[in-house]
Formats: sequence, structure tokens, C-alpha cells
Amino acid sequence: MNELTGAQILVESLIRENVKHVFGIPGGQALPLFDALYGAKLKLVLTRHEQGAAHMADGYARSTGLVGVCIATSGPGATNLVTGLATAYMDSIPVVAITGQVATHLIGNDAFQEADATGVMRPVTKHNYMVKDVKDLARVVKEAFHIARTGRPGPVHIDIPVDVQKGKTEFIWPEKVYIRSYNPKTTGHPKQIQRAVELINSAERPLLYVGGGAILSGASEVVRQLSERAQIPFVHTLMANGVLPFDHPNYVGILGMHGKYSANTAMQNCDVLISCGARFDDRVTGNLATFSQQSKKIHIDIDPANISKTVQVDIPIVGDLKEVLKSVLLDVKPTKHAAWRKQIQEWEDKYPFAIKPGSATLQPQFFLQELHRITKGEAIVVTGVGQHQMWAMQWYQCRTPRSFLTSGGLGTMGYGFPAAVGAKFANPDRLVVCIDGDGSFQMTMTELATAVHEGIRVVIVVFNNYSLGMVRQWQELFYKERYSASDLLAMPGRPNANGKDSKLEYIPDFMKLAEAYGVKGIRINKNEQVEGALKEALASSASVLIEAMIAPAEKVFPMVPAGAGLDDIIVDMA
Amino acid sequence: MADMNSSEELSHTISVLVENRSGVLARISGLFSARGYNIDSLSVGVTDDPQISRMTIVVKGSHRVLEQVEKQLNKLIDVIKVSDYQDTPHIERDLMLVKVAADKSNRSELVQICDIFRAKIVDVAVDSIIVEMTGDDEKIEAFLKMVRPFGVKESCRTGIVAMARGSKGIVAPETERNLS
Repeated sequence: MNELTGAQILVESLIRENVKHVFGIPGGQALPLFDALYGAKLKLVLTRHEQGAAHMADGYARSTGLVGVCIATSGPGATNLVTGLATAYMDSIPVVAITGQVATHLIGNDAFQEADATGVMRPVTKHNYMVKDVKDLARVVKEAFHIARTGRPGPVHIDIPVDVQKGKTEFIWPEKVYIRSYNPKTTGHPKQIQRAVELINSAERPLLYVGGGAILSGASEVVRQLSERAQIPFVHTLMANGVLPFDHPNYVGILGMHGKYSANTAMQNCDVLISCGARFDDRVTGNLATFSQQSKKIHIDIDPANISKTVQVDIPIVGDLKEVLKSVLLDVKPTKHAAWRKQIQEWEDKYPFAIKPGSATLQPQFFLQELHRITKGEAIVVTGVGQHQMWAMQWYQCRTPRSFLTSGGLGTMGYGFPAAVGAKFANPDRLVVCIDGDGSFQMTMTELATAVHEGIRVVIVVFNNYSLGMVRQWQELFYKERYSASDLLAMPGRPNANGKDSKLEYIPDFMKLAEAYGVKGIRINKNEQVEGALKEALASSASVLIEAMIAPAEKVFPMVPAGAGLDDIIVDMA
Repeated sequence: MADMNSSEELSHTISVLVENRSGVLARISGLFSARGYNIDSLSVGVTDDPQISRMTIVVKGSHRVLEQVEKQLNKLIDVIKVSDYQDTPHIERDLMLVKVAADKSNRSELVQICDIFRAKIVDVAVDSIIVEMTGDDEKIEAFLKMVRPFGVKESCRTGIVAMARGSKGIVAPETERNLS
């Protein structure tokens, strides 16, 4: 009998699952795993922090639809993965995370680098395992990948004690997955589909509300067909940027807290709302009491628990969006809805996203508009979290799905750069641009070492306003301009925490930081410099860091204040 | 059909079949605390099939919360089946052990009460007895009310277990399906 160690079984199993890249950092209780990965037929990417590994696996998965894989040691290795897995969990991203664990006979003894990893991971993963017998390992890996990618996707964690990694058994790769209690429903209920069709056919002001589920389900084509068949305008969430091309005639745009006036107003005035893989998140609906009161609602979702969680709907349909819409399409009648579409166009013309002319300072909106023009909306754009993320959402509308990667649910600052690196590994031939803020970038910029070490090319754009800008914006608007802990640089005349004026012009000096990592740095502070900087960065074969200095007072508009209804949208501050 | 939007607090008894694996109880209790659901009681034990455990959970909440509880439980991979007994005729039982102060002056009076409630005396000491009492919540509360004047030294309860009347039951699917 040809026996393999647990570590070898893990690597063989990853290869059977067609894994090409694994992101991680070794450590004591994962040494057998890393030994088995040494020289294996898959690329092991050494990151500089486990959070980076989890975000890279996430960016890899979001940009491809494949399962991303990250690996870490026990204790701090495992706990450092938590934010990355929680990020993937909130946005339904398939990731498999593998951690080493202290030997089974030491578990519970407060051993060195011991943490209750399965206990810590449980609330932030779709499922998790601790493998206590090497004979279970191959089956568990197969199940983990199956669970991660099917139904409503999500991260799955596997904890492997070091003695199980070393234990030997015959490698038997199971041909099938048997989980009696897991059987996601993909086809919608025929009667519900029939009711939905009748409602759509009777609509005068129908609206498609498209969320990240449409991208996860690969439903772009059927959404397009439905939109074109019955001439139904569509609005989309942050997670669905690129689900259909931004120049589609029925495209209205992004809705929600920082969405378009036209999209939010269409939501409030439609008579039939067709929710496609969206979950009525609070950042989308605003005050529920005033949300889309005139509409009958159809809610298509793979996750039954999303139905009627926040908004009561008239026709819930549980199933895979692509499958359900295929069935819906069979009986939807061609219509025009000309008056309704004209009305939405009038709202669009009244308050489009706009850039104020004649600005002395560099405007992030202008920068993103230029980036969009030069790259034709065809880059993979990855963002951190904050103002820059909202500007990117507003001004970088993608042409294709899986091209706009952002932490929507958890709102994880620091997601952007490592996720961009992960996306680049998966898409070596595409341009990957990380749009970040100075606050967000500082949370994970340590992965510059990984990018440089691996020869990965990412165009990094840091909008620097010396602030935690979104926090600052809320403090300005809702906390009487008391900027508590949102300044990242004490300005001259504005004392720092020690009561002294800062002598430093920058903290950090991102140009010196770029230099320290051997990356080209370009600092600009005027709109006129944007095109030149972008052209230089795009022409480079290596990573480039563009630092765009912007005004701390720059704000994200439109804005629906927290707790207000979509009708209360503030288009701009006069 | 209850009004979906009513915020009226209801108490439901839910039966959950789960895989008998380590960590399952933590997963379920974690779900309840993470989502802010209120558990009145939770009991768990293995079924006639050693691979399957059965939990009985008494949970309080509005109609919407109770609907979410059932859906969120169903999402857990280790949960095989969830049944809400609200609209199903069913039996509920709770077992209590209670140690009551009693000496020769009042022991016979206590024994009489136990007889009336069909409670079982399982231990006798000079100054106390232990009574085993089975019943639904109402019966146990009534019994406690009667023995409290004697002096209850300690008590413990298993929490509600429940089963639907008649031939209808909750069973795990026998056949395993190929999902890959």
C-alpha cells in the first residue's frame, strides 16, 4: 500500500481541486504542510501577513469565480486570517483556508501558539472542520471545496493538527461528495416563477435591482436578456459593478447611500421591483419605512434566509439566479416602457454625477474619470474602504463582471492592495489597479514586499487627504466638525498628540516608502498632472505607486444620511 | 397565519436533528447569540441513530425572528432537519430533580403531594428527599408551588424535549445524494 502523510494528502487534494495558487505564511505547526508544498505543482505565494494571504485568496476568487486558497500556522497565524475570512463571508466569496494546529494530544493545554481556531472561525465562515484523523483529510478537503463554491458561496476553514499532518494513510480521493444535510436549491418553484412572470408582464414601471449574487451566479447574460426583452431599466449595488456594461441603454447606475439620484428615485417610484441576487442591505434601502413603497417586489435569492429578512416581498423565489431567470424569460412578453424610461432619463439629466469645474486641488473624481477614459473601463479595479471606494464606485463603471473587487459587506479597510495582488496572480494579462486611501492603504501596505518579491505588477493609486476621510466626512456633517482621531498628519499650526506641531510634511512619505520597496513613486497634486501620471504608470512593466494629494474637505456626494430614506438624498452641499 | 409584521413575542418549540459531531452545539448556540435570538431552553441528546443528535429548543421572538431562526438553523451544514411544533399537536416533557427539606414531622405530607403529581422519590435522607418529576412546564411549576413551603434546597431541569403526536415524525433522509 502506497501511504502518504497528511501533508502530502492535503497537497495532492489541492492539485485534484485544480488549485494553481496558494497564499500564506509558514510557522511551527504548519511546517509539514509547507514541506509538502515545497516543489509541488502549484505556486506557493509567501505573503508578509496572514491577513494579506486571506485577502489575496479572496481577490483571486472574486476575479475568477474559482476557489481561493490561503494557508497559515496555528495561533496567531490563524487569528490573523480572521478579518480576511470575515470579509469573504460577508460578500459570499469562495475561499478555503487551511491552518496548522498543535498536536491533538496538546489541544486544550494552552500549548505554544495554540488558539481555538475552529471556535474563532465558526462565526465568520460558511463551515469549518478540525481533522483529527488523517483518514478523513481527503474527504474533508473535497467537501470544503464543494461547500465553498456551491449554494451561496463562502469561506470554509480546515484546521489540521501537526500530528495529523505527519500521520500516514493511503490516499483515496473521493469521487463524490456526500453531505446529507447540504443540498442547495438551484431551480425556483415553478408556481412562484409563474407569478413573477405575470407581475413583470403587468408592470408599468418595472425595475431590475441587481446585486453581487448576479456576478456570483454568472447571470449577466440572462439579466441582459430580461432587461432587453421587456425594456426594464436596471440599477445595481456596489457588489454588482460590471454585471452589465455601463454603456448599456437600460443602465441606470448605482443605488444606495452614495448612489445616483436617478437610481434611488427610480427605486422609490417603480411599481414592480425585481431583486436579482441582492439582499436589501441597509446601505441600499436607507430607512425601511419609506423604502420603495409603491412597488410589488420579487426577490430571487439562493439563500432562503435572505428572503423577508429586512424587506417583506410579494413573490420570493429561492434558487440560483441564472436558473431562475432562464425560466422567467420563457414567458416574459416584449414591452417598451418608454414613458418610464424617459422619466428615469429626466432624473438622470437633472442630477448626474458631476465634477465641479475650476478646482485648484486635484479632484479624485476627475482622476477616476481619466482612469476610466484611458483604460476604457476594462481594468480590474480593486479598492480599499472609505471615500475613495465610493468615488471609485461612482466613477469607475466596469465593462465586465468580476472586474470591480471591493469589501462591501464587512467594509474592511486594507482589503484593496492584497486583493489586487491576488487578482493579478489570477489575471496576469489584465491591468489591475488598486484604488486606495492613505488610511486604508496603511493597513496592509506591507504586502508591497510580496508584490515586488513575486514581480507582480499592480498600479497603486493612493488618494492622500491625511485623513480617515469617510470618518472625517461624517464628523464634519454629523459631529459638529469635531475631528476625533481622523487626522493622520498633524498640520502646521495644528498640534499633534504631544502638543507640538508636526515637523514632518508626510506621515509616511509614500514616495520614500515606494523607494524602500523598489517601486516607482509618482506624487501629483493637480488635475493637469493626472493624465501624465497615469500614462507613465500604465506604460511601466513594474508596479507603480501614484500618490494623488487631495483636499481633506473633499466629500462623497450624493449622500443619503444614515437612517434617512432614499427620498432624502443630499445631492451636494451648495 | 400569523401576521408577519406583528412584533408580538411568541414562544415556539423547535426540534432540530443534527449530525452528532463535536462542535455542533457550539455552532448552534453561537448562532443564537450572534443573531441575538433568545433561548428559553435547549436540550440535546443522541437519538436511536448514534450518528444523529436531536435538540429541542424553546425560543422566544416575533414571527419574523422565529422565521429567521428556522432559516438560519437550516443553513448550518450540520443541521439535518428543523421542525417548528407551533402548529403541530405534540407532547412536551421536562424532567426535574428537586431536593426538598423534609424530616419525620412532615415527610409523609410531602410523599402525599408526590403521589398526587405522580412524582418519584429517588433518595431519602434524614432531613431531605430528592424527587424526580416529569411533565410539561405547567405541571412542574404547579408541583414546585406545592413543595416550596417545605424548603427547596436545590433543583435542576433538563429543559423541554418534544415530539409530534401520531405517526408523523421528523426523520433524517435515508438516502445520500451525489452532489458533486
